[in-house]
Amino acid sequence: MTKFTFPQSIKSRPIYGTLEARDGSAHLLVADAHGAEAILDVATPEMMAKAHIIYIPKGEHFEDKLRALKPALFYSGPSYSAAEPRLRKALADARMGLQVYLTGTEGLMGQAMNAAMAAGIPHTAIQTEHRGSVARRMQCVHCKGITEDVETDPFVCSHCGLNLFVRDHYSRRLAAYQGVRVDAEDPGNVPEPKGIYE
Amino acid sequence: MSGAEKIAVTVTDIVPVNELVTRFEFKRTDGGLLPTFSGGAHTVVEMRDGDITRLNPYSLMSDPMDQTAYTISVRRDDHGRGGSLFMHTKVAIGDEMVISYPVNLFSLDLRAKKHLFLAGGIGITPFLAQIKQLERFNGHWELHYACRTQSLGSYVDELTSQHPNETHIYYDDQKQVIDLVRLLDGQPLGTHVYVCGPKGMIEWVRQTAAAEGWPREAIHYEEFLAPQPGKPFEVKLAVSNKVISVGEHESLLEAIERAGVDAPYLCRGGACGQCETNVIDYSGTFIHRDHWLDGAEHASGQKIMPCVSRFEGKTLVLDR
Repeated sequence: MTKFTFPQSIKSRPIYGTLEARDGSAHLLVADAHGAEAILDVATPEMMAKAHIIYIPKGEHFEDKLRALKPALFYSGPSYSAAEPRLRKALADARMGLQVYLTGTEGLMGQAMNAAMAAGIPHTAIQTEHRGSVARRMQCVHCKGITEDVETDPFVCSHCGLNLFVRDHYSRRLAAYQGVRVDAEDPGNVPEPKGIYE
Repeated sequence: MSGAEKIAVTVTDIVPVNELVTRFEFKRTDGGLLPTFSGGAHTVVEMRDGDITRLNPYSLMSDPMDQTAYTISVRRDDHGRGGSLFMHTKVAIGDEMVISYPVNLFSLDLRAKKHLFLAGGIGITPFLAQIKQLERFNGHWELHYACRTQSLGSYVDELTSQHPNETHIYYDDQKQVIDLVRLLDGQPLGTHVYVCGPKGMIEWVRQTAAAEGWPREAIHYEEFLAPQPGKPFEVKLAVSNKVISVGEHESLLEAIERAGVDAPYLCRGGACGQCETNVIDYSGTFIHRDHWLDGAEHASGQKIMPCVSRFEGKTLVLDR
């Protein structure tokens, strides 16, 4: 399942679209895992001639297909953290007319959007398309630690060990959803974890 | 009373800038301080010319933090409806006038990493205030200013002497043209472009920037439409139960006000959306001139912006 329709939610929850090729002086495409499929869908030879693809495979095998698109620049790295200095440098060197495309998991898109916004691109001008895992990047409101790739609700904070309830309350600044202790009133009374959308 | 709050002022200085442009300075008649504003703001000047009252918007060009006086520059338009001619020929130092609180429909986006200003002719005025605002905190900006001739280049000397590295001047009569595609292509990420000038220039910049892949949010423009004269027409105001006639040289909004009906407004130039009025019934053709309503709304026959738009036909009934 690489495409998923998220249920309607509160206003702060991000809404993702479908990538479309836009006119621009350069194209920066950032993807992880199944986000590669969205790049394969949107790529045109004209776009690829001026494209920089930053890809984090996360165990998926799309690298050869992406390279076959013949982007001007291609990078594949083990994690967002590893790719981030490259992304920031690409944004720092970019001129107006750059088009930014983000696709894959919410955590990847949120963090890359954060970097693109800091570089001066209005968030509404950054295209996104969700593909692949519906796991979330969560911030614990108690210890402020970030837990990546959270798939269940509730989950255990990887920093302070509290049992956290997965909220839809999203922070664009942190690129994370809010996790709130689920058993504060009655310590130890933790519901059985299930998938976030189950 | 509609519109922004009013301020009673005295004309304290009148300076001819060139053949077409004259600068006016206003101070509060009661001796107090004027409100600060933000660069790009305009004030609506009330002109009492015999039986006619005109309310024309002019960009404030003075330092936004200077509360002692406001200055505006008025370009004489010999074929307009008479507002600029009134300012040029009837206003004298010492006259008492009424202006509105500043209203800004063309403000800087302070999230921008750089501000790229494109001015045509008298469109330079909002940028004069924005430059003063940005200079206060060492903002990053650049100005490209097109004028018809050297003698008509308002404030060119002041700009080139104070900001020689940021200011670029182009004279039409010397066939100097802004190389827009190259200029836009060279801008660092996070640049916002602002354009103020004739309609053709605004369209040129908006379309070129969009084609070059600039985000809509990074393109800012201001165009005050002066109401154009047109055939007189009759209007029924349903709420106030009055039938009024709109003269050849007055706008629908002015005619509504003349009839003693208080109608909302802010910019009086088709931009801000405040005067949007519902149409109850009509038989005829709308002459929509605003850039507030979209194409579908213009075609619907359900709304009109009385500050700049007109009507030709038999019946027009407004919800006012």
